[in-house]
Amino acid sequence: MKASAEFIKSFFISLWFMLLTFPILVIRVNTIEKVVEWRWRNMAFIGIGSFLLSFVWRWLLSRKEKGRQPAETGNVETLPLGRRLLAEPRIYRPALTALALFTIAFPLLFSSYQTNIMTTALIYVMLGLGLNIVVGLAGLLDLGYVAFYAVGAYSYALLNHHFGLGFWAILPVGGLLGALFGILLGFPVLRLRGDYLAIVTLGFGEIIRLILENWNAFSFGPSGIANISRPGLFGISMTLNEATIYIYYLMVALCLFTIFVVNRLQDSRIGRAWIALREDEVACQAMGIDKTRTKLTAFALGATWAGMVGVIFAAKTTFINPACFTFMESAMILSIVVLGGMGSIAGVILGALILILTPEYLRAFSAYRMLLFGTAMVLMMVFRPQGIVTNIRRVYRYGTKGKESRPAQA
Amino acid sequence: MDSVLTVNSLTMNFGGLRAIDSVDLEVRQEQIVALIGPNGSGKTTFSNCLTGIYEPTEGDIFISPTPGGRRRINGIKINRIAEMGIARTFQNIRLFSNMTVLENVMIGRHCRAKAGVLGAVLRGRKTRREEQEIVDRSYEILVRTGLADQADEPAKNLPYGAQRRLEIARALATEPFLLLLDEPAAGMNPRETDELEELIVRIRDEAKISILMIEHDMRMVMSLSNRIIVLDYGEKIAEGTAAQIWENPDVIKAYLGEDFHGDA
Ligand SMILES: Nc1ncnc2c1ncn2[C@@H]1O[C@H](COP(=O)(O)OP(=O)(O)O)[C@@H](O)[C@H]1O
Ligand SMILES: [Mg+2]
Repeated sequence: MKASAEFIKSFFISLWFMLLTFPILVIRVNTIEKVVEWRWRNMAFIGIGSFLLSFVWRWLLSRKEKGRQPAETGNVETLPLGRRLLAEPRIYRPALTALALFTIAFPLLFSSYQTNIMTTALIYVMLGLGLNIVVGLAGLLDLGYVAFYAVGAYSYALLNHHFGLGFWAILPVGGLLGALFGILLGFPVLRLRGDYLAIVTLGFGEIIRLILENWNAFSFGPSGIANISRPGLFGISMTLNEATIYIYYLMVALCLFTIFVVNRLQDSRIGRAWIALREDEVACQAMGIDKTRTKLTAFALGATWAGMVGVIFAAKTTFINPACFTFMESAMILSIVVLGGMGSIAGVILGALILILTPEYLRAFSAYRMLLFGTAMVLMMVFRPQGIVTNIRRVYRYGTKGKESRPAQA
Repeated sequence: MDSVLTVNSLTMNFGGLRAIDSVDLEVRQEQIVALIGPNGSGKTTFSNCLTGIYEPTEGDIFISPTPGGRRRINGIKINRIAEMGIARTFQNIRLFSNMTVLENVMIGRHCRAKAGVLGAVLRGRKTRREEQEIVDRSYEILVRTGLADQADEPAKNLPYGAQRRLEIARALATEPFLLLLDEPAAGMNPRETDELEELIVRIRDEAKISILMIEHDMRMVMSLSNRIIVLDYGEKIAEGTAAQIWENPDVIKAYLGEDFHGDA
């Protein structure tokens, strides 16, 4: 009974798809021989394909429904396999060691081309972790994150170009300028909620890009700034290859620093306030949390990180122009956070690596890149809206519970 | 006994609608005052005015957290009022549902701690001590409210009655002198209501906190309150002890169709 109903449903869906695609996939007017070709075979493909796909789709949906039921009713919730493995010191210690060794050995094992790609991926890891503070923890949808990235990159490029200032001197300056812009923008707009905030930040991102594009006297317009100095190391002169490797290690160190900071932040009084603010603003304020100040802190910290990464980006590529800082970049960074799992550090790292490395190593599919990307996103949102890695709340030590610690849902 | 809260002719308009019409109210130290009235009579609006969610159109709200320290709080921001010592629960439960039970209470301790971004990143001795104090105090409150067993559970997994208790626990964590409860027994079964009643009495007697309670459960109102104030269409129609209110014909009329006596 149920199966036949599903069958009929899928049948109608395939019929509908065949009808929809009929004009473009079946009829073809051959203008040379002036005849109409009827490609019935395509229609058969569409029909069978959509029939099967709709079956699979609904099967997956029903599985998801089933999977959810025990979570709602039951208390016999077991931890997912991956989590249990990671909670076991015998497994995660060697795994972490292996990962660390691989990371260290990477430039020695692979070509400088690969190292370069990995550095790019690490740049996005850092950007993702920065935006994670704003979107993942504090729940502020920021679509103009790239603006702060641009601020950092241009502050290094310009200060280097005009005054010859070095990378290490400008790295904190870039962060501070990012924070300053974050506060300047955040102050007026953080009273807006959800969608409105998203629109204003989107606009802000575009404004910064347009200024950079059109204010030639200041930013050299669309032609950008070239010959930016690479990061120095006590004045040692490096070949291009060595510089690539140096920047890679630099990026690894900065990523570790970022992870350290974000980890401490999210386990702190401020971090808890961000998460609470994301969950319920009114209740949060009624508990004595200053909404504006807390949001502004998150916004400014996120912007600080974007500013710093901007400096690194400029130093790595040695050339920047406004086209590096389009809305697509913001969208990419946001996707990293959403795909990986909002508020989860491991998730964001994974998300960045997947989204940046897959297209690089699957060059063969580059024509379908956006298509695959979109499909992956849609599937994620339907089947795993919380992202690849779900964030588990920390468990604290208190009272009688002594020294042992256990995961929250066990 | 000193009064901790004095409200003088409070009026609140929403456009053309007068939700509260010059209501006077006083809560004295360690008293339980009940605010009752039919649905839509302005009780929640009243508590929103007290906690700074709405700025009252007219009237004065004075608080005296310490004897003699009287201060007008009209138009002060919500979080500042919480810091001054008015804590509240919400009629429609507003917990941080994805955070654990313990963390919910820890949020309540936020305004009594100081660590900032730098402290969080460096995590020095002072910050660590403050964090542990937050955890310990919060856990202690959970023990007192009977929620200690579920401390690590996400708040959304709690049964309804426990969620209401958690709201109270969270409010207590802010160390208030006045606790505002908006329909704390709503949706509870009789056993949960009894436990709640006992908890409220303990809060008053042990923590020495004064309580302003909005409630529909007449049995609870009658047995707990030192004084009862009745609102109808935003106006105060009666004030007095449980016995006086029980017999008041105006009150019975206001509740007509809502079965005033039948509830008890
Ligand atoms: N934010 C608001 N805007 C407009 N009208 C409101 C608002 N809040 C409450 N009201 C109105 O004020 C009146 C009192 O509501 P409320 O205080 O919620 O009553 P109670 O809590 O006693 O059931 C109702 O008529 C309600 O529609
Ligand atoms: Mg109400």
